[in-house]
Amino acid sequence: MKTAESIHELAEREYKYGFVTDIETDMVPPGLDEDIIRLISAKKNEPEFMLEWRLKAFRHWKTLKEPTWANVHYPPIDYQRISYYAAPKMKSKPKSLDEVDPELLATYEKLGIPLRERELLAGVAVDAVFDSVSVATTFKEKLADLGIIFCSFSDAVQNHPDLVQKYLGDVVPYTDNFFAALNSAVFSDGSFCYIPKGVRCPMELSTYFRINAASTGQFERTLIIAEEGSYVSYLEGCTAPMRDENQLHAAVVELIAHDNASIKYSTVQNWYPGDKDGKGGIYNFVTKRGKCKGVNSKISWTQVETGSAITWKYPSCILMGDNSVGEFYSVALTNNYQQADTGTKMIHLGKNTRSTIVSKGISAGRGQNTYRGMVKIMKNAERARNYSRCDSLLIGDKCGAHTFPYIEVKNSTAQMEHEASTSKIGEDQLFYCQQRGIAPEAAVSMIVNGFCKEVFKELPMEFAVEAQKLLSVSLEGSVG
Amino acid sequence: MLEIRDLHVSIDGKEILHGINLVVNPGEIHAIMGPNGSGKSTLAKVLAGREGYTPTRGKVLYNGTDLLQMLPEDRAREGIFLGFQYPVEIPGVSNMYFLKTALNSIRKHNGLEELDAMDFLVLAKEKMKLVDMDEGLINRAVNEGFSGGEKKRNEVFQMAVLEPKLAILDETDSGLDIDALRTVADGVNALRRPDRSIVLVTHYQRLLNYIVPDKVHVLLDGRIVKSGGKELALELEEKGYAWLENGTGSKPAVMS
Ligand SMILES: Nc1ncnc2c1ncn2[C@@H]1O[C@H](COP(=O)(O)OP(=O)(O)OP(=O)(O)O)[C@@H](O)[C@H]1O
Ligand SMILES: [Mg+2]
Repeated sequence: MKTAESIHELAEREYKYGFVTDIETDMVPPGLDEDIIRLISAKKNEPEFMLEWRLKAFRHWKTLKEPTWANVHYPPIDYQRISYYAAPKMKSKPKSLDEVDPELLATYEKLGIPLRERELLAGVAVDAVFDSVSVATTFKEKLADLGIIFCSFSDAVQNHPDLVQKYLGDVVPYTDNFFAALNSAVFSDGSFCYIPKGVRCPMELSTYFRINAASTGQFERTLIIAEEGSYVSYLEGCTAPMRDENQLHAAVVELIAHDNASIKYSTVQNWYPGDKDGKGGIYNFVTKRGKCKGVNSKISWTQVETGSAITWKYPSCILMGDNSVGEFYSVALTNNYQQADTGTKMIHLGKNTRSTIVSKGISAGRGQNTYRGMVKIMKNAERARNYSRCDSLLIGDKCGAHTFPYIEVKNSTAQMEHEASTSKIGEDQLFYCQQRGIAPEAAVSMIVNGFCKEVFKELPMEFAVEAQKLLSVSLEGSVG
Repeated sequence: MLEIRDLHVSIDGKEILHGINLVVNPGEIHAIMGPNGSGKSTLAKVLAGREGYTPTRGKVLYNGTDLLQMLPEDRAREGIFLGFQYPVEIPGVSNMYFLKTALNSIRKHNGLEELDAMDFLVLAKEKMKLVDMDEGLINRAVNEGFSGGEKKRNEVFQMAVLEPKLAILDETDSGLDIDALRTVADGVNALRRPDRSIVLVTHYQRLLNYIVPDKVHVLLDGRIVKSGGKELALELEEKGYAWLENGTGSKPAVMS
């Protein structure tokens, strides 16, 4: 027996970011060839080196086959039917927020990301990416006073071409994989961060990605460079409208940490997952990698993946500098027909390098959740250490959890520790909660949040709260 | 308070309880004793609404309403508390948070204002004293890594906070050391009220020295074969259950 109130609550808890913004869009026709790439590059008024790089990537992409090793299943993607560039029409590039289309500002407000100066989230600078372009970046000037560059990728290409040219593709070369090559050829925007030597970035930097237009793909690129002794914490969030068709999102993220620098990168991914019958949703095929270039450097990935029809994503660390540290904390939830194949790679090159992997996979409905991880200890990585822990939680009996941990050790001084567990939310646990007056939905969400605790505590405070709410919403309908 | 009439219960198609009759009036304490596997926990859990425990015949009235029609969480909100024989672990969820959520669900259901963290803490501290519960336990994850005795004490602590109308304590005394038994019994006695009934499932007469029951029932093979006053517990201690076995057990079999 449900009261009218709780029924109302349930209805409210559907994917609440599924609306479409009615705005005029500048969109290139579907299809992919060198002309389209030239067109994108021209629209962005790019220097010659960028176009050259894109074309090289495209030519390489044409020689590649779409990977099939992941434990995900989807009909073939027709890359000629996707439009590779969509941008809200603007007379000229807005110089300040006052010139940004109010419809766009309203969209972000609705998503809980106010961009207007007086309503800004305290302590968080935001770069708002709408379809293929960045529409606004907040706190830019304040950060510039410290020498921090935080802007859209396009702005970086215009204003800091030397930095872009130096680092673009340094961690993820366009030859890396099929989706990285595609992204390199057609990427439209994304965020760029540069933290100068010795600076501790005083606020969270974040990018909020929004797909709006239909039949488009989103191909963004993020590049973060932390110079010697600097620190930055970066967060990305993402949502998309509900549509029956699948949409492709193929991003690349590159992080570079120099001596004694530290980068913390957090993701709360909530792309539209498709409906409860598995119709629609985003294909999230992403390459994320960080290079701990300098001694004592540190890169830490934290991800909460609740959205997308399919997630294919392995945020990784290359531990080059001696004593460098890589971390990966992940919560991946699949409900209904969602599929996730996610994990990390930790490549130990330097001496005394350490890595930590904590993965929490939750499967509900008919969701399929795969953890795929690789820890590689190379020959010169004396006394490298890795700790891995992969826990899976099953809700119901139609879902699945799979783990593929690969380990390759070429130095005998390495210390490896691996723990894994699979558990089911038992009827006993649920009954115990119910017997104390707690409704099953609330009980599941409580049990799941308990299960994810180790990962949530790595998130910046306000996002941890958000992530918990998101989990409860995503679990909607998983019991009963 | 509680009236059970000819209750039959099956698990996985196998009948475990074969017609239970029991009336518990407000303020009364009833003890249920009986050998292992006789159906004591089954009775406790079916009253709390455990899925898979199917009543196939009979009726249960709780304060005049049909208990078996109610959702488990609604039974709890209406004042039924089950102290589990095997309390369940919930990793990562703090005891404090769990109990606050529980209390507020119950309060909300009863039209009371929900308690904020501060008010709850004050209440929890007071009840912790009542059952002499270690402060460390309340901040740990629900029952995770608790010793057997700590789990039982935690059940009584939860009961003290939730203040049920009908508490069913399933072997809450097992696993407690002598001092703990004493404190827990004192705690239960402190919760005695004219409008609160308690059903104690126990194997040990010892507990009944501390918590004096109004009635004692013997459950054997899914039936209540004998009921009596507190002397019955002493008799059982002396003679065991064998003299009650045989047929329906409605009268003691002659044994020599
Ligand atoms: N899920 C189940 N499937 C099949 N049989 C069950 C199930 N649960 C309980 N039973 C059986 O029901 C009978 C009664 O069990 P119950 O747990 O109620 O006994 P009990 O009186 O509480 O015993 P104890 O004193 O050992 O706690 C036992 O024979 C038990 O094996
Ligand atoms: Mg029992």
